[in-house]
Amino acid sequence: MTGALHLGFVNGYSPRWAGRLGAEVESALSMRVTPIELDLDIDAYYASDRGQFNSTMMLAGVLRRLPDPATRIVGITHVDLFIPVLTFVFGQAQLGGVAALVSTYRLRREFYGLPADEPNLVDRTVKEVVHEVGHTLGLVHCPDYSCVMHAATYVEDVDLKSRRFCRECQGLLSEPAPVGRANPY
Amino acid sequence: MKDGKRILIVDDEPSVRNSLRDWFLADGFTVETAEDGHEALKSMNSGPFDIVVVDLKMPGMDGITLEKRVREIDPNAAIIILTAFASVETAVEALKLGAFDYVTKPVDPDELSNTIRNALRQKELQEENIRLKTKVSEMVLPSPIIGDGPRMRHVLEMVETVAGTDASVVIRGESGTGKELIARAIHSQSERRFFPIVAVNCGSIPETLLESELFGHEKGAFTGAQYRRKGKIELAHGGTLFLDEIGDIPPKMQIDLLRVLETHRFHRLGGNQEITSDFRLVCATNRDLEELIAEGTFREDLYYRINVFVIEVPPLRSRKEDIPALTRYFIEKFARAMGKPVREMSAEAEELILSYPWPGNVRELENAIERAMVIGRGEFIEPTDLPLGVERRNAATAEQSLETIERDHIVRVLREEDGNITRTARVLGIDRGTLYNKLRRYEIEREP
Repeated sequence: MTGALHLGFVNGYSPRWAGRLGAEVESALSMRVTPIELDLDIDAYYASDRGQFNSTMMLAGVLRRLPDPATRIVGITHVDLFIPVLTFVFGQAQLGGVAALVSTYRLRREFYGLPADEPNLVDRTVKEVVHEVGHTLGLVHCPDYSCVMHAATYVEDVDLKSRRFCRECQGLLSEPAPVGRANPY
Repeated sequence: MKDGKRILIVDDEPSVRNSLRDWFLADGFTVETAEDGHEALKSMNSGPFDIVVVDLKMPGMDGITLEKRVREIDPNAAIIILTAFASVETAVEALKLGAFDYVTKPVDPDELSNTIRNALRQKELQEENIRLKTKVSEMVLPSPIIGDGPRMRHVLEMVETVAGTDASVVIRGESGTGKELIARAIHSQSERRFFPIVAVNCGSIPETLLESELFGHEKGAFTGAQYRRKGKIELAHGGTLFLDEIGDIPPKMQIDLLRVLETHRFHRLGGNQEITSDFRLVCATNRDLEELIAEGTFREDLYYRINVFVIEVPPLRSRKEDIPALTRYFIEKFARAMGKPVREMSAEAEELILSYPWPGNVRELENAIERAMVIGRGEFIEPTDLPLGVERRNAATAEQSLETIERDHIVRVLREEDGNITRTARVLGIDRGTLYNKLRRYEIEREP
């Protein structure tokens, strides 16, 4: 795969494993990865009735901070994301676009009452970043549970899949990606 | 991935509508959205949806009313009701109307995925059920092809040869020779045998209805089109389309049919959605297609498209060696159906059926035996039991052409049946469309 990817850490989110995340995403996608800081007005995305942040609005904010139109960007946030029809989302992307967003909020084992596990969190975040980048490359969800494009509705689904695209998805990546579609999760 | 599956989302809130659209796009669906019931019903004209997600509370037409309207247009769509206000009463009402399920906003991603997956699974099972039922009914109906003489053996060899290919076939032969049986034999020996064979008699359907019969129509495409209806071409997907009396197809329809044969794509009447159907074409005719081309009533390009492989089914008079076996088969068939003992043919009756020219071919023989089984009383079938009057069998002379004999025979039966077309066709052992053609060809006037 060719191209460059910015990992944009939202509003001072600076986990100590940020460097490992960049290196492992770079390895999984074979893309040059550059970490940047993103300063977003996230209060504007907060829905007090749900106690969560509107993912679609935050994704639009991420897109506005794209440093170079020839690259892609994935925002990394630690807040809980939602879209109006669903209780939560792990992330969101423009299908065939350039921007995506991933939340680590529900990827942390602490959220489920379990002890923290940093390697596990990094692994889950790498998979979600690769998954969302896959959507920006035009891929939709894959029925192969081990493919990184498999839809994860539980965090266990994320653990189960690999960081790799299956052969079929890999084949689709070699075709021209559709452009200008909307925002998958 | 849900390649090709279509989903319609109807919700007045743009944020809900758009987020659901994006969710389903990521799952590989083809998605359309509508902000109210009226827009949703317009979208239904673009083609069938596998799933329709309907918000319960909307201004104007509410979700329950829309559900009823969607059901009228497409009874097969899986409807999922979406609401912010969980109410047992409305849920029960929606489900009673046939909604597949009911989910409350915001919904857990896993619950939504499961609901959609189950809806698709149920829809696929329903479609498979219909396909299998059709298949079973077809397995019960076909009659065997009787005939061990050299001419029928040759026909059966050709059937076997062509069945393994996907080539278009034209079956030619007089009325009543069993062209449809040959078509079904080709289908049942082909790779497509697990899919339906769909038959259309182009000669017996008025031109105004034939187009809708073949291509289907959307609701409201014309006066009386109250429901969406799939056409025979669409129903034949995967299987065989059998067009009987292809020579009678009107000129405009010939152009439309030619286009479908070239692309295997078409639109329903009043519809915008392009539909693809993968079918093998088998046609039959008792008309001289080359003559029709010369007259300018049949398109030459269509002729070359359909005329890849030709099977000529011989008239019964040219395969008299098969008449005893056919007679035996029909006697046993009607004896079983009527609960009567099997009867034998008397020597005189056998001589009669072997000398008679059978202008209505096997169908006329079948009708003659049925009538003999109904009216006959003795151990043997006698000449008087057969509807072949003495004057009729003696009417022909060696100098008369076959056409003259056929014309005279039709005139006589028509007169005996007081000009009643249905009864005359039944006695002659031909269908009404064929009888009309013959009346036109021989310029026979019906007496009032």
